[in-house]
Amino acid sequence: MTTIASSAALSAPRRARRYMDRKSLVPLLLFIPPALILFVVLVVLPMIDAASFSFFDWTGYGPMTDFVGFENYDDVLSHRHFGTAVRNSLLVIAVSLLVQLPLAMWVSLALVEKRWSVNVIRTLFFLPYMLAEIAAGLIWKFVYDGNYGIIPTVGDAIGVEMPFVLGDKFWVMPAIMLVIVWKYFGFHMMIYIAGLQSIPSEVIEAARLDGVKKWQIVRHIKLPMIWGSIVISVFFSIIGALQLFDLVIPLSNGGPNNSSHTIVTFLYQFGILRMKLGFGGAVSVMLFIACVVITVIYRRLLFSREVD
Amino acid sequence: MADTSMDRKRRRRPEISAFQWLTLALVAAFIIVPFYTTILGGFKSIGELRTNPFGLPASWDPANFTGIIFETALFRSLWNSLFIACSTVVLSVLVSSMAAFALAHIRFFGSKFLMSFFMLGLLFPASTAILPLFIKLRDLGLLDKHLGIIIAQVAFSLAFSIVLFHSFFKRLPGELIDAARMDNCGYLKIYWYITLPLSLPIIATVGVFNFVGSWNSFLLPLIVLNTDSNYTWPLGIMQFQGQYGSDWPKILAYLTLTIIPAIGFFLLAQRYIISGLTGGAVKG
Repeated sequence: MTTIASSAALSAPRRARRYMDRKSLVPLLLFIPPALILFVVLVVLPMIDAASFSFFDWTGYGPMTDFVGFENYDDVLSHRHFGTAVRNSLLVIAVSLLVQLPLAMWVSLALVEKRWSVNVIRTLFFLPYMLAEIAAGLIWKFVYDGNYGIIPTVGDAIGVEMPFVLGDKFWVMPAIMLVIVWKYFGFHMMIYIAGLQSIPSEVIEAARLDGVKKWQIVRHIKLPMIWGSIVISVFFSIIGALQLFDLVIPLSNGGPNNSSHTIVTFLYQFGILRMKLGFGGAVSVMLFIACVVITVIYRRLLFSREVD
Repeated sequence: MADTSMDRKRRRRPEISAFQWLTLALVAAFIIVPFYTTILGGFKSIGELRTNPFGLPASWDPANFTGIIFETALFRSLWNSLFIACSTVVLSVLVSSMAAFALAHIRFFGSKFLMSFFMLGLLFPASTAILPLFIKLRDLGLLDKHLGIIIAQVAFSLAFSIVLFHSFFKRLPGELIDAARMDNCGYLKIYWYITLPLSLPIIATVGVFNFVGSWNSFLLPLIVLNTDSNYTWPLGIMQFQGQYGSDWPKILAYLTLTIIPAIGFFLLAQRYIISGLTGGAVKG
């Protein structure tokens, strides 16, 4: 009986798709709900909640009754430090794309081979990525420390009085961005190496035998062939920059004078710590919309090319 | 095969030019110096940090380290982090592999829609939703409890884990599942006895990713926990740093004690992390 039924299902997959196999009902009821419930209750519903309490003046206790329309959004947009936070986040994106990814690409081109020495270097470069942001932040807080850190020592050696970089409105963002490059370029390097290793060696070999120069191979063969990896790493850079939080807290905590806030530290400082949930909800919604818009545009523009 | 590639290698120009080696060396120094000064700094006196930043410490006095081990809550915070990370890994591997299995192998109405629905989660990193998540956990009575962090982390890891499992399950030979079904083997048994044992590499990858994510996470525990004894190690180290201000040797010793296990774990597990990244790219 069952053999006939399943062989029929095999021979006519199209028809079978329309029916729900009765035997699959129990496993479905067992397999899907745990994930679905967790996902809906802790991921989807909170985001809908955020959207709803962004329209109220609410401190988190009691019913939401004080409907204020778009006032919270207005407050966020006109907040003294929101502009700084957005600008800093954009700055981080720019540095990621213009400094970090080229560095990762440059390094990965040299580290494709599967050799022992290359493996050691690769592991070393990937190490900061695995480190907790908090630990990385504190290590660099020490490096930058104006009294005991590495920066003033280097300053002594070359005879220059170094500023307290993390206490300086001008230097604080470059300092944070240097740590970002230190922490994350290894991740992008790994993505690129994975892409480069998947290029069939015959392709490179053929080009080389035809006398194509090394950097022409990189430009005209390697880079186009790892387009997919580049697209993915750019995407991670942008989304990661918008989410930046853990690294900034130990380094500068948004200071000095709130000059190094990112969108999420801004949300934490002015929405969560002060329990201004309507205000925080508005920030969350805007950040979420930014992520969705970027993802959708990005998928339309770039991910489709990856399929070709 | 091996012979020809050796032949080719001999004829080939050197793969890494001198200039590339130079940049590699600079980048390596850039990576190493902060680690090196941190680990040695724990042995130095505060004055020594400035006068002798790169040299070996004058004495290998472990007082900072023993002081931290015996007098602070370091081990309790490490234990809390370990418990949370392990629970997160077990739960997320189980829950996401079950869902991915159903989505990959069982035909049912709406499975495509459901997959897209879960993939929405890729757009919701926890920090975006941290504020409403806090309210939700509070309403569920899970504030200041490890369980609250665990289930929130599992929920936010689902999208990524399901995607990884789903693509791996799709690549498993379909004949295996068909053959098992013809032998009247139910989906539950197929999942447990066929699919999971074949999926150890991807289980390791998902597990390691979620472990590292949980071990390193800061924002979620920061918002959920408020009793010292429940703190995870990132909260513990921030508290310690707050207490000792700029007594850097102590802070560096504390840092060293927390990053050494992380580096050890990384060296053991990097195979899975990298094979997750590279394997996915090569096969996909």
